[in-house]
Amino acid sequence: MKRLLSGNEAAARGAWEAGCTVGSGYPGTPSTEIMEAFALFPNVYAEWAPNEKVALDAAIGAAYAGRRAISTMKHVGLNVAADAFFYAAMTGIEAGLVIVSADDPSMHSSQNEQDNRQFAKFARIPCLDPSDSQDAHDLAVAAFALSEQFDTPVLLRMTTRVCHTSSPVELGELRQNLPEPGKYPRNLAKYCMLPANARKRHPVIEARIAELAEFAETFPCNRIEWRSKSLGIITGGVGYQYAREVFPEASVLKLGMVYPLPQRMIADFAAQVEKLIVLEELDPFIEDQVRLMGIPLYRAEGETAYPLTKHIFPIAGEFDPAIVRASARRAGLLPDGGEPVQSAPSPAAELPQRPPVLCPGCPHRSTFYVLHKLGLPVNGDIGCYTLGITPPLSALHTCGCMGASIGVAHGAAIAGDKERHVAVIGDSTFFHTGIPALINVAYNNSNVITIIMDNRITGMTGHQENPGTGKTLQQKPAREVDLEALVRACGIEKVFTVEAFDVDHIEKTLKEWLKSDEPAVLITREECALLPSARSHWLPLEVVAEKCNGCTLCFRIGCPAILKSEELDEHYQRPLAEIDPLLCTGCEICAQVCPRDAILFRKQVSSQAAN
Amino acid sequence: MKKNALNFVLVGVGGQGTILASDVLAELGLKLGYDVKKAEVHGMSQRGGSVVSHLRWGPQVFAPVIAPGEADFLVAFEKLEAARFIGLLRPGGTVLVNDYCIEPVTVMAGGVPYPTDAALDGILAQAGVTSVWVKGMEIADALGNTKAANVVLLGALSALLPQVAPETWDEVLALRIPPKYLELNRKAFRAGRASVTAPEKAAR
Repeated sequence: MKRLLSGNEAAARGAWEAGCTVGSGYPGTPSTEIMEAFALFPNVYAEWAPNEKVALDAAIGAAYAGRRAISTMKHVGLNVAADAFFYAAMTGIEAGLVIVSADDPSMHSSQNEQDNRQFAKFARIPCLDPSDSQDAHDLAVAAFALSEQFDTPVLLRMTTRVCHTSSPVELGELRQNLPEPGKYPRNLAKYCMLPANARKRHPVIEARIAELAEFAETFPCNRIEWRSKSLGIITGGVGYQYAREVFPEASVLKLGMVYPLPQRMIADFAAQVEKLIVLEELDPFIEDQVRLMGIPLYRAEGETAYPLTKHIFPIAGEFDPAIVRASARRAGLLPDGGEPVQSAPSPAAELPQRPPVLCPGCPHRSTFYVLHKLGLPVNGDIGCYTLGITPPLSALHTCGCMGASIGVAHGAAIAGDKERHVAVIGDSTFFHTGIPALINVAYNNSNVITIIMDNRITGMTGHQENPGTGKTLQQKPAREVDLEALVRACGIEKVFTVEAFDVDHIEKTLKEWLKSDEPAVLITREECALLPSARSHWLPLEVVAEKCNGCTLCFRIGCPAILKSEELDEHYQRPLAEIDPLLCTGCEICAQVCPRDAILFRKQVSSQAAN
Repeated sequence: MKKNALNFVLVGVGGQGTILASDVLAELGLKLGYDVKKAEVHGMSQRGGSVVSHLRWGPQVFAPVIAPGEADFLVAFEKLEAARFIGLLRPGGTVLVNDYCIEPVTVMAGGVPYPTDAALDGILAQAGVTSVWVKGMEIADALGNTKAANVVLLGALSALLPQVAPETWDEVLALRIPPKYLELNRKAFRAGRASVTAPEKAAR
């Protein structure tokens, strides 16, 4: 019986069937659900590590110790883990090791759209690229066998539309029973990458890639589907789906392994079709290699020149059938659809945008309200609080990657920037890569004010446990990191924790600190409003219409629960404030900001209800 | 057995329950013997932003996403989102609109005003599609839980899919909804269905 699984669930299931018992990852869209799903299988150990590099080291360590292991992360996570990725390529492993990188074409939830197939080629690691959930399952199973057969880590590279699309999956046989690991290896020549050993290993991994290319010729997940021979398409990953959708008559060479490539298979395929194209999202990764093989590809009129080597299909953004069809028409691969598709002018342009925003009751809101008011330059980081950038809060001026906030703020200070810089970073991101940057601030004594927004969870990716939450991924109790003690141990003397909803306290503290010139850390603490424990005490606040005069101050906190009423203030003719009881959680930030006491606090609402 | 492919797009605002609704539609497709793909985006887009699920039924489904102009049904959980994504619908397709407004912060911040119902109707009419309005929130609220508005909309959608028996929908709801909430959601489904099949009766 087939089951409807997302690509992420299918990859986790495949790993479990392959006898993988150890998983370590860091949450990141679109990869997060892989480790969450894996953690639920019986007889596995799964954890969230503080960052991807730590996760990958842990998975490598488990694979050295003879256990099949998986490490999961989003594409940019592999940048963090790259150091480990490269040495693991050099050493190989004792038991299967699979690294899952979930790439994000179109950047639905990311800062770039790097194509991590390039990492595989860079590190000489084979790369599997599934095109749907069934494929994700099958390739996850195959990846472990491949890893052990060739003594190499394997990169299972997925993309958003594979990760987050559900389709029916035929599950495999029961879980493979693997032999218990033997004694931990004492193989210095293989596992200690001192220069003398590493020099001997480099030719080994080059030879390994050549052997893998030979294996790729008969790997069952590389297959040719013969249909009409007037057009042949080489494709991999989600590109396969668009090839089938848009060119139902074409022959397709579907590559389950996109690095290294099966050269003879490609040459044979090329020789039998009239026109040959490559259809892949993002980089011309397969296309460049096919051209390097000297195999001629169909050329469109007005072909792009070096360094823009990608033909026909866009290099940026994910595909959909319309994009693929339009590109194919431009290249003369499909007949013109008659009149150009001239649909009615899209109404979307004139409609109000709906960007993601901080949720009602978000504990980050108060800090951004104060920062906006103080007008300081704020260096931001990756998490829900990146949304402090949206108007009317507009309180974030840079955002690059995980952990960048503190370092970038420090950079402004050492550059002699005349303004005092504030770095804002969430609890999970601070554990991820904030700590070394804070040590740098303390060690080199810059005047950066760091605000750690501790909402007791990893928020943006959908509530994952972290070293500060007191629980592990598999819901075992864990030691909570004491943030204040950690900050002091980094060398910061001025550290203070406030309740995140306390607007005045945050403002007073920051104003006081601006008078001195030393590094300081403010921890704003309040659990995420969407956590079940927070939801249990949601209490919608109310506006007293007689007191409100439409001064708009409460509108400036950017809370989706505060609406402009249709009622106008008699004197000023301004719309009064109104609170949506379905959205309001009762965080009281608006009530604190209101100069006319027109918004009731929780106590007032409760006592009113009691009367 | 020859089966026609059907493409559904579900749009709304993060937190409105579009994911459960698309899960139900996916299971329903499987139950009817279709191949199914259900694509959605998680992460940042959920934080009060627009959310979109693509749901495809067919003998064999390839592309996970539906191209503009190729959806048969657009189910909008919020009325501004109906207008925003109307371009995904094919001419002659059907848009099911939840008569409910969630003001985006951009409106609050004093940018573009929220369109009037007449303006929204105009945009939908211009697209050459059939519009069906449902008071999803009102109906769910009357049943005692506004969270069931998503299932009210599924009930309304069921009235537009005469080829699927209500019993089949019910089996799938039972599969996807925790027993504790099943009875409420069954009522929500029936009320949503009735609001389309017998609007006068439901209005009372």
